[in-house]
Amino acid sequence: MRGFLGSRLAQILPTLFLVSIIVFGLQQLMPGDPALVIAGDSAGDPQIVAQIRGELMLNRPIPVQYLHWLDNLLHGNLGYSWRLQEPVSELVAQKLPVTAQLSLMAFVFAVIIGVPMGILSAVKRNTAWDWLANSIGLFGLSIPTFWLGIVMILVVSVWLGWLPPSGYVPLAQNWVRSLATTVMPAFVLGNAIAAILMRHTRSAMLVALGQDYVRTARAKGLSEWVVVLRHALRNALIPVVTLGGLQLGTLLSGAVLTEQVFSVPGFGKLVVDAVFNRDYPVIQGVVLVTALLYVVLNLVTDLLYFLINPRMRAG
Amino acid sequence: MSSAALAPSLPPSPPPSLPPGLHVPESPTRVALRRFLTHRSAMLGLALCLLFVAIAVAAPLISPVSPIATDWSAIRQPPSWAHWMGTDEIGRDELARVIFGARASLLAGVVSVVIAAAIGVPAGLAAGFARGRTDAILSRIVDAMLAIPFLVLAIALAAFLGPNLRNAMIAIGVTTAPIFMRVARGATMDVMTHDYIEAARAVGNPSWRIAVRHVMPNIFPPILVQGTLSIATSIIAEASLSFLGLGEQPPTPAWGSMLNAAQQFLTQAPWLAIFPGAAIFLTVLGFNLVGDGLRDALDPRGL
Repeated sequence: MRGFLGSRLAQILPTLFLVSIIVFGLQQLMPGDPALVIAGDSAGDPQIVAQIRGELMLNRPIPVQYLHWLDNLLHGNLGYSWRLQEPVSELVAQKLPVTAQLSLMAFVFAVIIGVPMGILSAVKRNTAWDWLANSIGLFGLSIPTFWLGIVMILVVSVWLGWLPPSGYVPLAQNWVRSLATTVMPAFVLGNAIAAILMRHTRSAMLVALGQDYVRTARAKGLSEWVVVLRHALRNALIPVVTLGGLQLGTLLSGAVLTEQVFSVPGFGKLVVDAVFNRDYPVIQGVVLVTALLYVVLNLVTDLLYFLINPRMRAG
Repeated sequence: MSSAALAPSLPPSPPPSLPPGLHVPESPTRVALRRFLTHRSAMLGLALCLLFVAIAVAAPLISPVSPIATDWSAIRQPPSWAHWMGTDEIGRDELARVIFGARASLLAGVVSVVIAAAIGVPAGLAAGFARGRTDAILSRIVDAMLAIPFLVLAIALAAFLGPNLRNAMIAIGVTTAPIFMRVARGATMDVMTHDYIEAARAVGNPSWRIAVRHVMPNIFPPILVQGTLSIATSIIAEASLSFLGLGEQPPTPAWGSMLNAAQQFLTQAPWLAIFPGAAIFLTVLGFNLVGDGLRDALDPRGL
């Protein structure tokens, strides 16, 4: 276990180093003088422009600028929002719980919809059920998240009036209203993951159902559902759990648009507002924290896989 | 001496005559093509793709009016005989805008994938072919890029490059490149284990020729499948970027930006939110169906 963890950490560190170069490199893509862009309306004031240039070390060579930026980063300083006049790290810490709640609920939706559909599709292979499950999966993969969100608001909120169309209430404040405001965005966000989980579950179940131990279980006279759920599914779920964990990137990508459509004040909304207002340090900060989260959660998924798969532990 | 140098000195061999009752087995390409052409959902997808390509190409011919012509006497009109998909908040014909919007989406879908493949395939080929340090360095770069969620990186790149369709296509292309690198690397490693590569080496072919003449054609099928599926994701990504104001700029129509504008008028003009979204959905569905069909045709084990 310790060796496995050590080798994974040895792989992660260079990845994080390269991520930091990519994120730092983003500001080099800005057309023109970054100091003038940052100054915005005050670009005409040479004193302000010179101050920005000095603070960000823009008049120094790029490697020096990078080391200065990395030094700040390692001390927990992600920069300062030009628009909100707040440290980026504080903004991220405020918004992260909102996106975490939304993503967790979306993942629950994805598992509740995707896994049973994948099982049904594999067990009833080449029947109308299989066709229906595959069609729903394809629908989920092809529908743009933000359009599904708009259509859901139109039908569920505007026409039927069942749920609020936008906004967010923190879980600690009023859990019923919190769920009411997040259930629709979570469903929309979970939709694409459900389709991916459905496809993975179907193929893993098809492999598991063709194994000798399933034939033995059937030969013992066990009922079909016991064979499917207790023998095939338990083995099929191992790769599905891992792949499900890897869908975090899809969740975070989807959260950007979902939060924008439903006006949920989370991580995604933070980056979109930063894009609209050209608040570049916030964009960089969000990209960096997202990548860090992704890498850490992938490590956790790997460790889970290691723990639940006896073959890996034995190896 | 290389095989290429030997080839001209060999006399052309006559086509082999087979005994009656025997026939030449079909080539793998023909088998795959036949499987693809008999794949019903893939044909439906191909029809959808061709329909939207035809709409994009023939937009000026089939559009009833200009997509940027405003009519202040027909603001937010519901669908009617005069305006099949209604009109928007400044009286522009929604059908004309949906028709012309196909251009931005399809262009972005195809160009982004070309950019991604142009970066990712040579990198993957080099990594899989050279192995060792080259592979380690390229794979670490890909790991780092894949650690940043696709749309988050595309949004950041487009935001820093500046909001327009060209930059959106570059952002999506660069963000998609690591996937092509992974696919090309995996396929190259698989191809490199085959005997014909060993044979090509044995007759003295230089490495570049083995890579170009022997490896490249054999890693083409998985790249073709990935390319088709990536067009679908790139179309969604372009629509997402233009929804956030980072793609095609007004007044030029794009499905994503049309949906963004429609959001403000959901109660008064819901049709504005329906048609552009349906167009994105059907185009993406088409490419996904073709991609799935190609995968099944080229690798029937997955069926």
